[in-house]
Amino acid sequence: MAGQLSIAKALNGALRKSLENDPKTVLMGEDIGKLGGVFRITDGLQKDFGDDRVMDTPLAESGIMGTAIGLALRGYRPVVEIQFDGFVYPAFDQIVSQLAKMHARALGHVKMPVTVRIPFGGGIGAVEHHSESHEAYFAHTAGLRVVSPSNAHDAHWMLRQAIESDDPVIFLEPKRRYWDKGEVGEDPMLPLHSARIVRPGTDATLIAYGPMVKVCQEAAQAAEEDGRHLEVVDLRSLSPIDFPTLEESLKRTGRGIVVHEAPVFLGLGAELAARLTERCFYHLEAPILRVGGYHAPYPPSRVEETYLPDLDRVLDAVDRALAY
Amino acid sequence: MSLPHLADPAGRYRAMRLIRSFEELALEWVRSGLIVGGTHPYIGQEAVAVGVCAALAPDDGLTSTHRGHGHVLAKGADPGRLLAELAGRVDGLNRGRGGSMHAADFSLGILGANGIVGAGAPIAVGAAWAAQRQGRPRVVASFFGDGALNQGVLLEALNLASIWRAPVLFVCENNGYATTLPAGAAVGGSACGRAEAFGIPAETVDGMDVEAVRAAAGRMVERARAGGGPGFLECLTYRFEAHHTMERRFRLAYRTAQEVAAWRARDPLASAAAALPSATVAAIDAEVGQLLLESAEFALASAEPDPLTAGDHLYASGLRPRSGAAL
Ligand SMILES: Cc1ncc(C[n+]2csc(CCOP(=O)(O)OP(=O)(O)O)c2C)c(N)n1
Ligand SMILES: [Mg+2]
Repeated sequence: MAGQLSIAKALNGALRKSLENDPKTVLMGEDIGKLGGVFRITDGLQKDFGDDRVMDTPLAESGIMGTAIGLALRGYRPVVEIQFDGFVYPAFDQIVSQLAKMHARALGHVKMPVTVRIPFGGGIGAVEHHSESHEAYFAHTAGLRVVSPSNAHDAHWMLRQAIESDDPVIFLEPKRRYWDKGEVGEDPMLPLHSARIVRPGTDATLIAYGPMVKVCQEAAQAAEEDGRHLEVVDLRSLSPIDFPTLEESLKRTGRGIVVHEAPVFLGLGAELAARLTERCFYHLEAPILRVGGYHAPYPPSRVEETYLPDLDRVLDAVDRALAY
Repeated sequence: MSLPHLADPAGRYRAMRLIRSFEELALEWVRSGLIVGGTHPYIGQEAVAVGVCAALAPDDGLTSTHRGHGHVLAKGADPGRLLAELAGRVDGLNRGRGGSMHAADFSLGILGANGIVGAGAPIAVGAAWAAQRQGRPRVVASFFGDGALNQGVLLEALNLASIWRAPVLFVCENNGYATTLPAGAAVGGSACGRAEAFGIPAETVDGMDVEAVRAAAGRMVERARAGGGPGFLECLTYRFEAHHTMERRFRLAYRTAQEVAAWRARDPLASAAAALPSATVAAIDAEVGQLLLESAEFALASAEPDPLTAGDHLYASGLRPRSGAAL
């Protein structure tokens, strides 16, 4: 799989492999067949695997989700596409009350190998319902795994790992990065639940996932010019969280900044800051800071750049952390 | 009683012409980048919005959809303020915060377009039920597409309207497709069958004929107003343009050129014009053209919103999300 692939193509390849490798894998979603999905992630798959494996469903998210759960109960491995982040809410009950709890409720006798693919986050000129970062709702629900890739390699391999996993996985695709290209290696390199240090550093640790990893890498690059060596950790798995990797990093750098698009208020950063403070208290030089969206509805397209965390906001937080 | 601007065929033609020209202008603005993020054009379906609204009184309400500009204009919203809304300006109907899929004007009973397919239906039921409980016979028309027929929330709304005899007119704009999926491949049974299953009288009309829509909607609105409960109107129509302005990029082939041409030959605007003296049509076209020029000027002159105002209306009590901070 040498060569540069966009995240979109890397995901498409992962779905293709999963369909090839396991006849029980089926894809369901709105406009995923003939259209190939509004972001073209399922492009060409219905043509090659048939419309009983790549199914165009009616507009009925709750029904799609519930049907996927039923298919999983009878041995299938469904991969559901939710067209945009905001459209998952009609399926919320099926996900948090049914999908997440089925395995525990059945004392482990049934597995729920369901993958829910959701293009999430902003930055593409869409509006509310089409730009949301709702990872905290799902991460808050025990029984779900929540992951988000930030690059083409992870997009490919994490999706294959998610589909192969017998746990239900909410797979959050950073939609503004779909067209970013990168190398896709020959093997996954890490288990699905592991975080990865994408840039080593000594002065502070930036923790991000999905679309914000790129922003943090750019921020670290810019800080380097000022003689500051920032470490960047790509969380990859939002639930469960790979705390050992984060703790090891924070104990070295003494400063941590969590960056996400979702509102800071009760977002993933709140949990990370609290937990890491507990575990690394005597190593910290500054409180763990958070950079994120505002506690307001997602804004109209014209002003979304104001809402989304950017290089400057990350670097401001770095300044504040270093000033303690 | 009915909306004065839709009271006669000339008024109805004018409203359809306004929607058509507005949508053409919006397409231009999407192309030129004045509207960021695109729109779902209503072109081809004008007779439905205008025919239904012609059956409504000024203080009746409506809930709209992602393809909502036509409904909003037909009910009487100011085109300049709608255009400003689409372009994200402070003089927009919602101060530029909603955009294409979230336009609302509560002063005109326009209870909101909606980015979530099917989500407007129970809101319409609640609004209509409230009016009924208060002894004020105000009807709410709830617009939705054929795609919404398969959303659970729509079925729940039909049931609630039926048991509460809420004065709702459910208007299914069946344009044959939900994005790329043909209604025939998505809808088990039929649109009207769903309503009838809940005890709601249903009728299918030619949605390309504004007078036919108005007549059928009028009967159902009057019955609802008199306490007869909800009605369901399926309007057979077609969108002439793409599902969304973004679709252009994809070069899809889910509809044949012949099919599109056959429906375009039944252009509801052309047939409404044909029923009027040509001088009347020409005068209306000129007046609407002028109105849209002024609307465009108005929208362009309007400022962009100050990001620091984003938290202004989060709480009716005036609370700020974080005391001492803007947001
Ligand atoms: C709950 C939900 N799911 C998916 C979508 C994405 N979406 C927007 S419009 C649309 C098709 C709607 O079809 P229909 O109801 O027939 O209305 P039309 O577009 O034909 O006017 C889809 C799938 C959405 N907006 N909301
Ligand atoms: Mg439709």
